[in-house]
Amino acid sequence: MKLAGKRVLAIGERDGVNGAAIEACVRSAGAEVLYVETQCFV
Amino acid sequence: MAFPAVTAVANVLAHAPGLVCYGSKPVRDLRRDPALLDAVRARLRPYEEAVGYGPNQVYIGNLDPEALRALPRPWFRMPDRRAPSDGPFGDLISEPELLGLMRLCDRAGLMQLDAATLATARERLLRRGLVAAAEMDTPAPVRAEAIESMIRSGEGLPLRLEDRVVGSLARGHEEDEALTAHVLLENLAAKATGVLALRRLLTQVAGRLDPGDIPFVLAGSEEAVGDRYQRGGGNLAKAMAEDAGIGGAAGFDVKAFCASTLYAVFDAAALVHAGVFPRVLVVAGGSLAKLGMKYRAHLAKEMPILEDVLAGLAVLIERADGREPVVRLDTLGLHAVSSGSSQQALVEALVMGPLGKAGYRLTEVDRYATEMHNPEITEPAGSGDVPQGNYRLIAALGALKGEIPRDGVAEFIAAHGMPGYAPTQGHIASAVCYLAHALRAMRSGKMKRALFMAKGSLFLGRMTALSDGVSFLLEA
Amino acid sequence: MDLEGQGRIKQVVEQAGTADVIAVLGANSPTAVEMFALTLKSGDPSYAGPLAGVALGIPSFHILEPEIAAQIAPEVYQRELALPAMAMDVDEVIGPLKTLREEHP
Repeated sequence: MKLAGKRVLAIGERDGVNGAAIEACVRSAGAEVLYVETQCFV
Repeated sequence: MAFPAVTAVANVLAHAPGLVCYGSKPVRDLRRDPALLDAVRARLRPYEEAVGYGPNQVYIGNLDPEALRALPRPWFRMPDRRAPSDGPFGDLISEPELLGLMRLCDRAGLMQLDAATLATARERLLRRGLVAAAEMDTPAPVRAEAIESMIRSGEGLPLRLEDRVVGSLARGHEEDEALTAHVLLENLAAKATGVLALRRLLTQVAGRLDPGDIPFVLAGSEEAVGDRYQRGGGNLAKAMAEDAGIGGAAGFDVKAFCASTLYAVFDAAALVHAGVFPRVLVVAGGSLAKLGMKYRAHLAKEMPILEDVLAGLAVLIERADGREPVVRLDTLGLHAVSSGSSQQALVEALVMGPLGKAGYRLTEVDRYATEMHNPEITEPAGSGDVPQGNYRLIAALGALKGEIPRDGVAEFIAAHGMPGYAPTQGHIASAVCYLAHALRAMRSGKMKRALFMAKGSLFLGRMTALSDGVSFLLEA
Repeated sequence: MDLEGQGRIKQVVEQAGTADVIAVLGANSPTAVEMFALTLKSGDPSYAGPLAGVALGIPSFHILEPEIAAQIAPEVYQRELALPAMAMDVDEVIGPLKTLREEHP
């Protein structure tokens, strides 16, 4: 599954990988980010 | 000059099953589906079960956190029926006592409580040595008709003990969203549990200190006291000091999400170290909003609703006397704006920061106090074991830095970590609930140093996407 | 089990459509991963949230799945993922996604 060109809902977890980190990661792979959130243990 | 010392800590709990329906998650779900109330009520624990529950016994100091490893899971299945409702660190009071304390703390005359509940509260709190007879005789009991009338008018929330309505709490204003009965209930519950912690701590130091010897109180809890023009006005510290009989104190609140209380401890130490005050009292009341947060999972798994207690805490910081453990103000862990939001940046700031400055290796810290939330609450909800998750991050960082061998992670966690036991997530769980245990262990020579680290999820308030945290070493 | 914020996700998707939309998760527990993936694909399994009975059909991936992590720029991976990858049991956490993909291809 290629991230490039995808539109991403970044749903992070504070003690896992947070939303901002997911956003930075997928952008670096050429994806667009529609939504970013970090959950605090659900 | 030596750094300021932690000289007394009180850890208190208040059983609050009747207030679970006012927790944020339950209240929103019940609004949509009132029929849920029966299912919720069926899973609320009686007082004796909450008292005998392992993690609660740890919190008040009758057990060490490590003792939970030997207790078979699930802990809620086998409460210790002989466990006392008080321990070396404080009390686990019953709900009538909590309601009585709230009434005592109700300076605006918003709360009504019936005679039977006031009498029970008076008798039990007197026996604990936490109130004076005269002050418990001041609030006038209210008759059932008047309580019913207040609730029927829509102006007051019912307060229940099991299935009986025993009181009400009124809103503070017809239009003010910051003074609804629900908000005032949250604030009053925080105030009362903070006052409970303060009163208990004062009995602990009664041999050498009077309330009049406390010049300053810092509160770090999770409520927002204010009105329509300033929703988070604050200074619940002063209100708490007033109702704990600490008449000579000024104070203010520290607000930093879950890191509030740990920041307040560091702030208190800084004030004492700077010579502004010889001692400062830190206090935290409980979070009513977090009652029953994971109740859905508990119902689904046919468990008791475990988030049925409010926690309070108080810490006394004083000039060092050479005997008590000190707060290392020279090696703080701080997370700056530019530190970045990566997980690694945060753990580095909070762990490697202090250790690097102090010249310690990871293995030279006896215990790490992170977010010590009870895993029995979070695991059924799919959130895993929060302390364990934090220990894995610390150990992983140690492995990345070459301080711990990759296959030494489990051993590191077993030696330097602990099972979680705090009754809700949030400020109390964030490291401070371990201060009492660390103080005890350091006084008896069993522990040399512990790292206290708290994270704050600032992004939840939608004013930033940043995380936050603070940490310090406590050293004997 | 809960996904608070379902309402906002529903709004975003209503405005943007679902073409090429994927979820990328950072949760550190397999149960949380499963819950998010199910909710975004078939609707809220607890029937409690705005996505109760609403099947958005959005596929979920975990940022630490090897085929996803491999696409991340190396310096970004080092900064953001190296530590969590080491702290989590990645196989255990991403396990539910494999099962879900087999059941709902």
